[in-house]
Amino acid sequence: MLGTGILKGMVETAKNFAGSYHDPERLTTVEYPEQRIASKENARQFPFLVHDTEDPMKGLRCVACQICEKECPPQCIYIVKSKDKRADYKGQMQFYPATFDIDLSVCMSCQICVEVCPFESIKMDTEFELSNTDRFGGLLVNKHQLAKSNEHYRKIHPTEAAASDAVLAAETAKAQAKAKADAEAKAAKAAAAAGPVGAVASAPAPKPSSPAAATAAAPAA
Amino acid sequence: MTAPVDTSDPKQLGADTDGTQFMTFHDLAYDAGKTVFQRKAQPVGQGREGELLEVAMGPQHPSTHGVFRMDVVLDGETVVKLKPVFGYLHRNHEKIAENTSYLGSMPYTDRLDYFCSLTNNWAYALSVEKLAGLQVPERAEYIRLITAELTRVLNHTCLAGFLLQDMGALGTPLMYAFREREKILDLIESLTGARMMCNYMRFGGCRCDLPAGWLDEAKKVVAEYPKFLDEFDALLSGNEILMARTQGVGKLSAELAISAGITGPMLRASGVDYDLRKVDNYGLYSRYPFRVPLGSHGDVYDRYMIRMLEMRESLKILEPALKDIPEGPVVDPKAKLRGFRPKPGEAYGRIESPKGELGFYLISDGSPNPYRYRVRPPSLINLTILEDMCLGQTVADAIVTLGSVDIVLGEVDR
Repeated sequence: MLGTGILKGMVETAKNFAGSYHDPERLTTVEYPEQRIASKENARQFPFLVHDTEDPMKGLRCVACQICEKECPPQCIYIVKSKDKRADYKGQMQFYPATFDIDLSVCMSCQICVEVCPFESIKMDTEFELSNTDRFGGLLVNKHQLAKSNEHYRKIHPTEAAASDAVLAAETAKAQAKAKADAEAKAAKAAAAAGPVGAVASAPAPKPSSPAAATAAAPAA
Repeated sequence: MTAPVDTSDPKQLGADTDGTQFMTFHDLAYDAGKTVFQRKAQPVGQGREGELLEVAMGPQHPSTHGVFRMDVVLDGETVVKLKPVFGYLHRNHEKIAENTSYLGSMPYTDRLDYFCSLTNNWAYALSVEKLAGLQVPERAEYIRLITAELTRVLNHTCLAGFLLQDMGALGTPLMYAFREREKILDLIESLTGARMMCNYMRFGGCRCDLPAGWLDEAKKVVAEYPKFLDEFDALLSGNEILMARTQGVGKLSAELAISAGITGPMLRASGVDYDLRKVDNYGLYSRYPFRVPLGSHGDVYDRYMIRMLEMRESLKILEPALKDIPEGPVVDPKAKLRGFRPKPGEAYGRIESPKGELGFYLISDGSPNPYRYRVRPPSLINLTILEDMCLGQTVADAIVTLGSVDIVLGEVDR
């Protein structure tokens, strides 16, 4: 009979209308600014730079290798390498970024910078309310705004952060073992060269091991 | 091409060789439509009834699914000529890809057909894997199959909503469709980190493994989806108004569809049994039996029904695949992210995307970026036949016909 299809459809809309008063399946919206849905663990919005120490600028893991700058598909990262070097988390002397800017208006949140970074230093944040009143300076995010602590990273991506911490701990252990082995080899070599006068030869301290021991303990949680 | 006409000069206004005059706005270069024009031509000096009117529908028209223009020539309400105009969303995708690394174009492929970024990713990854000879681990193949079928369901759900919106069913079907789409988007977000711009596949596998509990969530969504399809069918498929608006509208014969290179649900609605999942046997589709629904009339209603049926078939693939997925690595250990240089050669990888055959043609010269990168977008090629489907019908039917083609302008214009 003509019209039965329409009536059947009307029954569906009536069900949905009535259901929207009591059935969460039928009323799925939330009142956004007041109510919020927790973001997914894998969610990604905009990159940030991880730092390990209290002072964000001193503890940045980034060594300004510029790999992310090169690999970034829309080319939105600008890095200026420092002139001097400083010790990184495992005591190696490294450059650090004198400037590290990301253009928020160009970034497409693709996560490729995170994937290519060999130093676990750039990660994706889940913060999505990124609007800004200043469309010129405000959209170029500098390293002070980008720096966030490792604790923050552990909070937003627990699984990923655990893996990242494990990688860093392994790297640190490797560096320490290598420094120790180097020092021992050097001492042995010096002892062999000096022959019987061993006490004098061991005096020059092994170079890499001492700063490593001082700073290595911090990031390995 | 004819020289442009000065529309302010009445003498130039379409004075044809046989002394008839008719009204055109700017374009005498409508070459093929001569007989159509003459049928409606009025002798000079007579009244203006029966004049043709050229209307530019779009690029801001809400029914054109983005920035797309249809230049229609109307006789009253009947379409006598239709010219699709696109390119408003052109952003040089292919040239950009030729200047970035292979990995760097992966996020750009998300933005082709932005409803189905995972199938775009897969097609691109497939062609690069062919080029470089990479193997994909079994678990990654399963993830690809699952995400691609979820994407198909998502796309067809949206399309059904948008098509109904084009017919004037403002809101209700689209809102129901979006409510269900949200469930799949949540799944995709918890897997890939993004709702639409997934950037998930990698050459030789996938970017990351499934998060804990994802499979259970997916099983739940897949198990509950038929309920929504039943609801949608009850709401619409038997609706007399929908039938009156779509049956016999926008007909496309099988011969014309084949000779125009139409693929996907639109081709199958015309009754041609051609599905790359069956023909090419890529991925793991040979392991799961599914039917390819075929239409018999090739009209808009058939295209709508094909999509409703395809969703059910996709769910039939998903259900066992979610149970069978094995443990293992998700990426080929030989594949590397940086410094990826495939050996010189060429490859064409294609998959059955929700809209049709999506192919990527790549030529490598051994450098880190492709020498030539070409996308075969299903939306664009399905759109070329629009005029043949719309001639002789009303404007309202032309809009419905366009809606049934299922275009995404990101892919049409690239």
